[in-house]
Amino acid sequence: MITFLQTYGTQLLMKTWQHIYISAIALALGIIVAVPLGILLTRVKKIANVVMAIASMLQTIPAMALLALMIPFFGIGAIPAIVALFIYSLLPILRNTYLGMEDVEPSLIDAAKGMGLTGWQSIIKVEVPMAAPVIMSGIRLSATYVIAWAALASYIGAGGLGDFIFNGLNLYRTDLILGGSIPVIILALIVDWLLGKLEAVVTPRTSQA
Amino acid sequence: MEHLNKTYPGGKVAVEDFNLEIEKGEFVCFIGTSGSGKTTTMRMINRMLSQTSGTIKLEGQDIGQMDPVKLRRKIGYVIQNIGLMPHMTIRDNITMVPKLLKWPQDKMNERAKEMIKLVELPEDYLDRYPSELSGGQQQRIGVVRALAANQDLVLMDEPFGALDPITREALQDLVKDLQERLGKTFVFVTHDMDEALKLSTRIVVMDGGKIMQVDTPDGILRHPANEFVENLIGKDRLIQARPSITTVGQVMLKSPIATTPGKSLTAALRLMHDKRVDSLLVTDEAGILKGMIGIEDVDYSFNSATSVDDIMKRDIFYVQSNSLIRDTVERILKRGFKNIPVVDDQHRLVGIVTRATLVDIVYDALWGDEEEDEESDNIHHGEDTTKAKANDQTGAEGGDQQ
Repeated sequence: MITFLQTYGTQLLMKTWQHIYISAIALALGIIVAVPLGILLTRVKKIANVVMAIASMLQTIPAMALLALMIPFFGIGAIPAIVALFIYSLLPILRNTYLGMEDVEPSLIDAAKGMGLTGWQSIIKVEVPMAAPVIMSGIRLSATYVIAWAALASYIGAGGLGDFIFNGLNLYRTDLILGGSIPVIILALIVDWLLGKLEAVVTPRTSQA
Repeated sequence: MEHLNKTYPGGKVAVEDFNLEIEKGEFVCFIGTSGSGKTTTMRMINRMLSQTSGTIKLEGQDIGQMDPVKLRRKIGYVIQNIGLMPHMTIRDNITMVPKLLKWPQDKMNERAKEMIKLVELPEDYLDRYPSELSGGQQQRIGVVRALAANQDLVLMDEPFGALDPITREALQDLVKDLQERLGKTFVFVTHDMDEALKLSTRIVVMDGGKIMQVDTPDGILRHPANEFVENLIGKDRLIQARPSITTVGQVMLKSPIATTPGKSLTAALRLMHDKRVDSLLVTDEAGILKGMIGIEDVDYSFNSATSVDDIMKRDIFYVQSNSLIRDTVERILKRGFKNIPVVDDQHRLVGIVTRATLVDIVYDALWGDEEEDEESDNIHHGEDTTKAKANDQTGAEGGDQQ
């Protein structure tokens, strides 16, 4: 363990940073696209099913294949990996946003409208706060997926902790495999824990205690 | 509000050729069975739904030409499911519309306090969340939320349907009181005839999207337009209605003993002594009711105060001479007043209802026309009232006014 850290310490830090970097950008893009899209779908319900079906379909493409598919479009490196992971992050966030918004008590939306909130104000002040816990759990789920799958991104030269794992596989070196896998697991757990904290923050208070 | 009229045909006719004019300060109930179009009609007033044809005018202005958002901010809206925002404190819930109208913060705080006082809840409730209040308390907040931005018109869609009978009655009293005191116009949707009879100045009976009858509660009870209306009212109520169509003006004592604020306490005391009464009503020169003084007030502050003006109670309970006995008796009994001044439209003192008068009313209601009272539970109900009243009287010190 100590020898492993002595040999690969700096490399491990660098790969971890790459891993975080790829996952974070992919997840951020996913949130930026999927949350507004999910909200939009609740306004135009006719296309909601179609969009949901497309997102589900994208989810079914094997991860390895999706990464490989990116190469003709974006070459190799971090960018194709980010795009592929972004596509994976969409569905859980999109679905939870849509369901969370749909689940808001209709009488609240009716009351908000009846009091003279504009559609926009109703979304910002009433619907999103009420749907926030569900949206957040979608984001947490996506974050875990993205961090795990980012390990595969090393396959198309994106770097990250996957490098250790693939090297370990090629060289039959268990220590390298574990040295890559364990940080991925720890990373996923920490991020999930942090997002859990964030979820508690964004969940609106409904009582004094 | 004037000239509310509207036709609304369509594939499926929800409301058909609806014509109604609502005056300012009215309490109009839409009543009917499910699917009669009463809620649809109400929701067209604040453009939650739009009509197929016809126009609705608010204070002479066609609401179709108004910005729906601005229109809704001018109209209070109370729904059956209460619709308080669970993630906002009571204060934020009450001041939602004022906030949209960009009132300054201190004015909103002021308003929130004023509003919570209006519904008789403690001020520290302002910082609580809706889930920490009971259903009845929540709907009280729902009601004042609809009044917080000085809305002159309030729409209510079966607001008390989900509450237990006791809470419902308390809220009905509250709403009626607010309407009478603040002069707001209410459009109230209900399927409960008792509620409609109790609250309305006019009732609109609807069926299948059409108006069956528009009349005062009295008029509906006395002359139901057709069988549908009769069934909706129910036989029991038609019989019960008979003794209750008398107005306060018909039973009150017509020569109340009154004084003016300028009179000295000595003069007031002498007047009480001469007329053998224990309290005096106070009016100005024009006969407008100003307040009331009781013998205990005179006794208590005889040395410190000089004129009637100094000691009179200004905030007193009174009734209109043209209001119905049915509506008022219960309120009088419940509040346990000894004497209630009666005023006319101009707020001039015209008479007084004493506890002796109430005895007469209850007596008449029970034995006035014996032959009508076959309903045994009717008598039962009456007996309870008499008993409650008797207790009241032993508890109250001092006698009647005249």
